[in-house]
Amino acid sequence: MKTSLDQIKSPAEQIDSSADKFSIVNISRRNFLKDFALSGFVLAVGFPSLLLADETATSSEPDKYGADAMPHGWVDNPLVFVAIAEDGTVTIICHRSEMGQGVRTSLPMVVADELDANWLNVKVQQAPGDEVRFGNQDTDGSRSMRHFFMPMRRVGAAARQMLETAAAAQWQVPVTEVHAELHQVIHTASGQSLSYGELAKAAAKLPVPARETLRLKNAADFRYIGKGGLKIYDGQAMVTGQAQYGIDTRLEGMLYAVIARPPVFGGKVLNYDASAALKVPGVVKVLELNSSPPPAEFNPLGGIAVIATNTWAAIQGRKALKISWDNGPNASYDSDNFRAEMVVSSRKPGKVVRNDGDVDAALDKSTQRLSAEYYAPHLAQAPMEPPAATARIIKGHCEVWTCTQAPQASRDQVAKWLKLPEDKVTINVTLLGGGFGRKSKPDYVVEAALLSQAMQGKPVKLTWTREDDLQHSYFHTVSVEHLEAGLDKQGKTVAWLHRTVAPSISSTFAAGSVHEMPAELGMGVINVPFAIPNLRIENPAAEAHTRIGWFRSVSNIPHAFAIQSFVAELATAAGRDHKDYLLELIGPARRIDPRSLGDTWNQGESPVIYPLDTGRLRNVIDSACREAGWGRTLAKGHGLGLAAHYSFVTYVAVVVEVAVDQAGKLSIPRIDIAVDCGPQVNPERIRSQLEGACIMGVSLATLGEISFKDGAVIQDNFHNYQLTRIDDAPREIRVHLVPTTEFDSPLGGVGEPGVPPIAPALCNAIFAATGQRIRELPIRDQLLKD
Amino acid sequence: MITLTINGQSQNIDLPADTPLLWALRDYVGLTGTKFGCGMALCGACTVHIDGEPTRACVTPISAAAGKTIVTIEAMDQDAIGKKVQEAWLSQGVPQCGYCQSGQVMSATALLKQNAHPSDADIDKAMSGNICRCGTYTRIRAAIKQAAGLAEIKS
Ligand code: FES
Ligand code: FES
Repeated sequence: MKTSLDQIKSPAEQIDSSADKFSIVNISRRNFLKDFALSGFVLAVGFPSLLLADETATSSEPDKYGADAMPHGWVDNPLVFVAIAEDGTVTIICHRSEMGQGVRTSLPMVVADELDANWLNVKVQQAPGDEVRFGNQDTDGSRSMRHFFMPMRRVGAAARQMLETAAAAQWQVPVTEVHAELHQVIHTASGQSLSYGELAKAAAKLPVPARETLRLKNAADFRYIGKGGLKIYDGQAMVTGQAQYGIDTRLEGMLYAVIARPPVFGGKVLNYDASAALKVPGVVKVLELNSSPPPAEFNPLGGIAVIATNTWAAIQGRKALKISWDNGPNASYDSDNFRAEMVVSSRKPGKVVRNDGDVDAALDKSTQRLSAEYYAPHLAQAPMEPPAATARIIKGHCEVWTCTQAPQASRDQVAKWLKLPEDKVTINVTLLGGGFGRKSKPDYVVEAALLSQAMQGKPVKLTWTREDDLQHSYFHTVSVEHLEAGLDKQGKTVAWLHRTVAPSISSTFAAGSVHEMPAELGMGVINVPFAIPNLRIENPAAEAHTRIGWFRSVSNIPHAFAIQSFVAELATAAGRDHKDYLLELIGPARRIDPRSLGDTWNQGESPVIYPLDTGRLRNVIDSACREAGWGRTLAKGHGLGLAAHYSFVTYVAVVVEVAVDQAGKLSIPRIDIAVDCGPQVNPERIRSQLEGACIMGVSLATLGEISFKDGAVIQDNFHNYQLTRIDDAPREIRVHLVPTTEFDSPLGGVGEPGVPPIAPALCNAIFAATGQRIRELPIRDQLLKD
Repeated sequence: MITLTINGQSQNIDLPADTPLLWALRDYVGLTGTKFGCGMALCGACTVHIDGEPTRACVTPISAAAGKTIVTIEAMDQDAIGKKVQEAWLSQGVPQCGYCQSGQVMSATALLKQNAHPSDADIDKAMSGNICRCGTYTRIRAAIKQAAGLAEIKS
């Protein structure tokens, strides 16, 4: 039966359609997941989804860390994640959002490995937002693999053991005599074999083996894990234009919308005139959406929506609107003034968040005193696919297709705003054309749902234009970092004072929050791994005047920029080699309990399993420097710069080589980045993430800035919010992964930790090349000679 | 009504003449492989070939494309060079999120059609109109060189 859903070509739908060919009963496309069992994916037979909740295991330890501490924890039930059809097709659910990190390859690959499935017979199915069923789905914090490597291994191993048990029963031999190998189960003694497809039905009737009876593979037996041999699952679709992103959703009878939002955060519509807009051919309706009082949370910003028969008509209609705005309490937000205010705050004592020894006395006694202030502006994530969502409501059920990093939060918010029970909201997750934290906030998903509701449930696709994206993001914070240090006679740092001033993400959820929260302080500032006896960290207040949100690697960016630049400045003052000086500051290899530094957050991970290991930090510094030829003779105008940073429980060191010509034009011939992220599940995608991090780091360091005037964002498209292009990108990026052979040690994050050390390494390289110290981002034309 | 020739097929488009080709392709014809990134010819996500020239569909009104040969990413696997570019893209593992890659493939294919052996400077020039926020530039460069090499061997 063809329904209007056939219009959709989301990844889910592609696989859904393919189910037809082995369907044994009539399936409802709409309830695909619910009817997973009936669709011919026989391994799931007999386990209706609703009964699975009890089997959803979560840890009951008193102190919860890692995945256990995330909303809805983790699930490792094979019946939730794996289905095997009689033709042998193995369908693996990916419950985390694909935004370029390769998760739709890497997580299913883990399942496939333990299952010993042939990757050529594996299909990946994207999960809708449903954390009770799938476990946590917030795709952020560089934790998909860190939190789901083990659960996904268990999923695969459990499914494998069920197939083995089914085969042994059929042959009437002990299960210990059979083994699974590349999509079949083999009885070596008799030379018999049965394919997974042949076994699926019988296996599905077996109980799921208890967790403690699972036999996980030895690392030596991995087929895919650690190899990096698989091509990305969606690659072919991506290079042929077939890949379906949120913005690509098409439903029958769909309308297209854009919204004119209040230019200033906290503003609202005073009055508007839609008469000209309604005359634009294709415009169907103009309607007002209410603004919400602070805090911002994930609420829509309100404004005037234009609904039309195509996107262009909606955009033209929006241009024709006449709107008067009440700009509200943030109408005077001005980046230059705010910076000046932050500088003043940074020069005065602020809330002390860590205090070792006696910094003031040590500063007084020191031979040399240095101080510096570093400025890092607001940034917009600017994913190439701007936010977009399509919603429709049929018989009180709202179904959404969207590019979201937060499928469950999207579901919760739509349910809340539409006053629907959660089971009347379905969030279908498409591919994301980049996320970088922007798509963790589902304000745009709510907007689409509200518009569909206003149009009597008709399907409405809401598109954010680039202007909308740059002007109404949840922006990366802006910061002034004030550092002071005292050196003794030998040039050793004996006192360290760091005042970090930046509006906090907490202001987005609790109006009036003016201090960095533990998660922000724990991004390299409070847990600075230096062996300095007198060390004080302060956090003076800073008020937010816009929506502050996550941006890839978050507060690590300003913190690493300031700290790693300042260390280079200290080395210069001490007349020492920067690398030696940095290693000396870090001190000997040791495992530090993060709580002893006042870091109670520790990236949400156990302080016992994830101590701050200065040995690993030292090691990546050595590795990056060795690979980059630290100390080598360079051509005139070239310089090498170093920075190291620990974030997302991963250790990264970077050496950037720059060339600055006579005119002051900067180029980057090469970056060496050394990374210890623990075991590497998919080294190929790890490399691509780190290459991308280098380029994003260069982009924000050289060009990135969002600034405000009269409360509104000045930048509105890529001509004034510039991003690094191929001609200015580093010409060569060498990724050096610290080798791991065993997979028992804890995993680190990968998506974000490459970003923070890039800006300081770049600025240190510029100093080495030119003697010019950059303390203000972006670099833009600071190097140009007139 | 404007008639466009898209991937070898004639299509009647009932949209105002100033509608950008991008939105006609995506919303009217249903070819969503051509992406929206900026709407101002700044990012290259919407790149199509019009009479063989790489063109930003977001600033090309359909009236200007009438009577011309429009080729989009959806037809690139039927193009000898386009196919080589796609293969090189997969072999180098270029895509991350993939969103910009339609436009990247279109620009790279146009480059290789005009210049079988592009230098780094040629690549910079032809590809600097295409932004990749994920930062796949080093692999794009390698893939273009690989595709050029393949073309060399086979011709
Ligand atoms: S959308 Fe056309 S160049 Fe960006
Ligand atoms: S691959 Fe994501 S923007 Fe290029």
